Amino acid sequence: MTPSKSWPRRLAAAAALAAFATGGALAQTVKIGVVLPYTGVGAEFGQQVDRGMQMYMKLNPGAFAPYKVELIRRDSKNPSGEPAKTAVQELITQDKVDILTGFIYSPDAIASAPLVTAAQKPMVIMNAGTAWITNLSPMISRVSFSMWHSGFAMGEAAAKTLNAKTAVVGYTDYPPGKDSLAAFKAGFEAAGGKVLDEIPMGGPGQVPDFTPFFQRAKDRKPDLFYVFVPAGDHAVAVTKTYGALGMRAAGIKLVGPGDITQDIKLQSMGEGATGLITVHHYNADLDNAANRRLVAAWKQEFGADSTPDFMGVQGYDGMAAIAHVVRTLNGRIEAEAAMKALRGWKYDSPRGPIMIDPATRDIVMNEYLSELVMKDGRLVQKNLAVIPAVKDMCKELKAGKCAQ
Amino acid sequence: MDFASILLGGLASGMVLFVVSVGLSVTMGLMGFVNLAHGGFAMLGGYVLALAMRHWGLPFFAALTLAFVAVAALAVLLEKTLYARLYRATELDQVLFTIGLVFVMIATVTLAIGPESQVVVLPAWLRGQTDLGFLSYRTYSLALIAFGTALVLALWLGFERTRIGAQIRAAVDNRRMAESLGVDVSRLFTLTFALGSGLAAVGGGLGAEILGLDPQYPLRYLAYFLIVVALGGLGRVTGVFFAALAVGVLDFVLKFSFPQGGTMFIYALTLAFLLARPQGLFGKRA
Amino acid sequence: MNLSAAAREYATRHRLRAWEALPWAAGLAVFLLFPNHLAFGTQVLITILFALSLDLVLGYAGIVTLGHAAFFGAGAYTVGMLAAHGGWSEPLSGLAAAALVAGVLGLASGWIVLRTHGLTLLMLTLCTMALLEQAANMGAAWTGGFDGMPGLEFRPLLGRFEFDVLYFRTQYLYALAVLLAGFLLVRLLVHSSFGRSLTGIRENLLRMHAIGAPVRARQVLAYAISAALAGVAGGLFTQANGFVNLAVLGLDRAAGVLIILILGGYGRLYGAFVGALVYLLLEHTLSKAYPTAWQLGLGLTLVLVALYARNGILGLAEALRRRRGAR
Repeated sequence: MTPSKSWPRRLAAAAALAAFATGGALAQTVKIGVVLPYTGVGAEFGQQVDRGMQMYMKLNPGAFAPYKVELIRRDSKNPSGEPAKTAVQELITQDKVDILTGFIYSPDAIASAPLVTAAQKPMVIMNAGTAWITNLSPMISRVSFSMWHSGFAMGEAAAKTLNAKTAVVGYTDYPPGKDSLAAFKAGFEAAGGKVLDEIPMGGPGQVPDFTPFFQRAKDRKPDLFYVFVPAGDHAVAVTKTYGALGMRAAGIKLVGPGDITQDIKLQSMGEGATGLITVHHYNADLDNAANRRLVAAWKQEFGADSTPDFMGVQGYDGMAAIAHVVRTLNGRIEAEAAMKALRGWKYDSPRGPIMIDPATRDIVMNEYLSELVMKDGRLVQKNLAVIPAVKDMCKELKAGKCAQ
Repeated sequence: MDFASILLGGLASGMVLFVVSVGLSVTMGLMGFVNLAHGGFAMLGGYVLALAMRHWGLPFFAALTLAFVAVAALAVLLEKTLYARLYRATELDQVLFTIGLVFVMIATVTLAIGPESQVVVLPAWLRGQTDLGFLSYRTYSLALIAFGTALVLALWLGFERTRIGAQIRAAVDNRRMAESLGVDVSRLFTLTFALGSGLAAVGGGLGAEILGLDPQYPLRYLAYFLIVVALGGLGRVTGVFFAALAVGVLDFVLKFSFPQGGTMFIYALTLAFLLARPQGLFGKRA
Repeated sequence: MNLSAAAREYATRHRLRAWEALPWAAGLAVFLLFPNHLAFGTQVLITILFALSLDLVLGYAGIVTLGHAAFFGAGAYTVGMLAAHGGWSEPLSGLAAAALVAGVLGLASGWIVLRTHGLTLLMLTLCTMALLEQAANMGAAWTGGFDGMPGLEFRPLLGRFEFDVLYFRTQYLYALAVLLAGFLLVRLLVHSSFGRSLTGIRENLLRMHAIGAPVRARQVLAYAISAALAGVAGGLFTQANGFVNLAVLGLDRAAGVLIILILGGYGRLYGAFVGALVYLLLEHTLSKAYPTAWQLGLGLTLVLVALYARNGILGLAEALRRRRGAR
């Protein structure tokens, strides 16, 4: 079911509901404003998150009972923050939504923060990863990640588990990339490693030819090459370039946060990606009951070639968080109480146990160290180690802007 | 720093730029049509290639040929029904039309196939590394260099040595004179437009390994295509070739040695070059 | 054209017609009738001002540029950086600073790039803008880079009217007033002898050279004035929204405003109004109803207008009127 197809269905549901309400029943409807890029460069991410939300509703049909939910979807178009802000403003003033959610790109969440503060509307972020976003408003909580979750953990694991002494970092030159660099460096150097070179590799807007950057990294002869690029096409190009330049033969391990092994792109990376080591909060090969159920249902719904990925599961968990708020507040969403309900909320997610940190309203979750291996002609993530209950280290260490 | 591998890498990315942009240069030079939808034809070519390989199991080069033919056919159709009506319109109306067309292409591909990016799976012999004796290098980059060189030779021969090529050159230089000499310029337009769009399709397919392929492709790389065309000079095949190679190699070298500069170099270099030589490498002075 | 006819046309062109009050009355009516739509309304007003600035160079001076967002962005960042780093958050003087910075930038870059035309000029303006965008990205310590500068706050307008975070009431009226001022300025300019000489340059460059007009100086001056106006639009954007990020400098914005102006009709002042209103309303309503498919409707509209109109919607309206008159 795509969002556009659900439109008439939604109208029908709303009409039926209106008829029901005038009949004198007490069914409470909670309106949720969903702001995602349904077009433009982020459309694939928007689709994954939206599907994750749909899967939650399908697998947990009674989660909101006895209350009704109405999802109002709005396109945030480009990552500039401007269309997202207009959408949030209208969702609040025209549609009178109770809760806002979605938000793929950090500028979208950043631009909207003053609105949710002014209107006292809870906002559940399903992706936007710039660490200090949660500090912008007491109305914001996040079920996704900050770059520091995986970056810091990867830095520690690189030195301790993979026994690397030296590393080169390549990153896409925008805030998540710089965050990821800072996080990795903090973790790696605290554990005794040394970063030899930091290579900015173009912007997030277009996939660059990674060859010159990788060539430069190869020439520095590090033990490992830590790469952050946005999930999607960038990630596919990274693994291809790594394979094509023969860096493994030169003894350089490619590591990174799980953005570079996004599950929906895995099978297109080719055998050159085997041996790639990542740290992330989710992959579709995680072995737990909730995840097996999600993966099976997802493939049934959206086709055998499709798979949930970390964005899909963030959409899933975001709906779980909202359902928790709706039930706790008996369908009447009041800002203070909603935020109180979110603080300390615990859930058995397909990514393992998660919690909303009562102090920061950011997520606490497991990070998984895993390696890509070939199994029956398919690339799968072999989980090597679990790093439990990881917090956003940026706020823990009060690094840079997170100190404010 | 390994000079040979840097040169090869730069040449390979220049070749991709060349294959996609050369058609734009010829159509813009010949027909004076500001075709901002050119990248759209490149995208459609990439999609035909990717989908024909995945769903019909066509081999790489057969699918690439199909991409050329299918997109060229679509181009003929669009040229006859829509583009031709705007030949006499202002450049700005052409901009409006072609940007509208890009939106339609993006939306159609998104709705029909989905927003996700497509992957072109290269045949085994094009993957990995090739040992050249003095160094090993990415096989696909070497293949791109070979293909680009062959293509520029073929185009050069076609333009310089065939009757149609001579007619195109004549029409680029002086359309009215060519018409009065009995050249069927309208047929020439259709032919050139089909060829240019077909080449774009081939470029979209070949470049997918490096540039990626998704519905946003036509807008994402538009600036690059225009830069190469402006640098090469309108309607100049060899100009576009050398411009693309120069952009590819310089961009590569500068990114390698000074990655902090981001994509700045390509714009700074273009700015400096066009100020010094506004008509481009091989363009004639206006 | 003899002298008296020219004088007569000058007079008729300069006279404010009664219907010209209509857009402003409509602007006020929107404020009263649609209090929940003023965020979008403010966005439309700012876009009209930006498109109007482009009309001055494109429609009147005949300079086709693909980099006008450079000046919008320069104004937006001037206001943002003054507020964030200099504590200078008074709105009207902020706009003046934005106009000054963007105007100087327009003067300097215009002096350099306006010696070319056609595709070359298009690329030069594009590259200038892209360089500025890169500079803003590299100077992230000052500009905030991709994420931009969030949570900017401005002093009350005229010391009295607080900016309205949620409903945009103050911002809307403020933008409407600034647009009116900008419009009157442009209207005055294009109907002055300066404006006539610009049109002369657009229509027949060689003749203007031949009669000894300072062609390049006039073009550069028009470019600088237009840049300053675009800078005001950008400054207004930052003040109204309370944030600024790299997107103010992007090709998306530059190409978008060009499309809007062509759609409305350039060289007619009101093309900016019609184009911005039609384009943004269409995009807004379609994307509300069909979040995944709205680009199809928008694209088809652009194609149809390009096919059936010459010089945009106003051009089409004029042709229809002329045809009816001929009958």
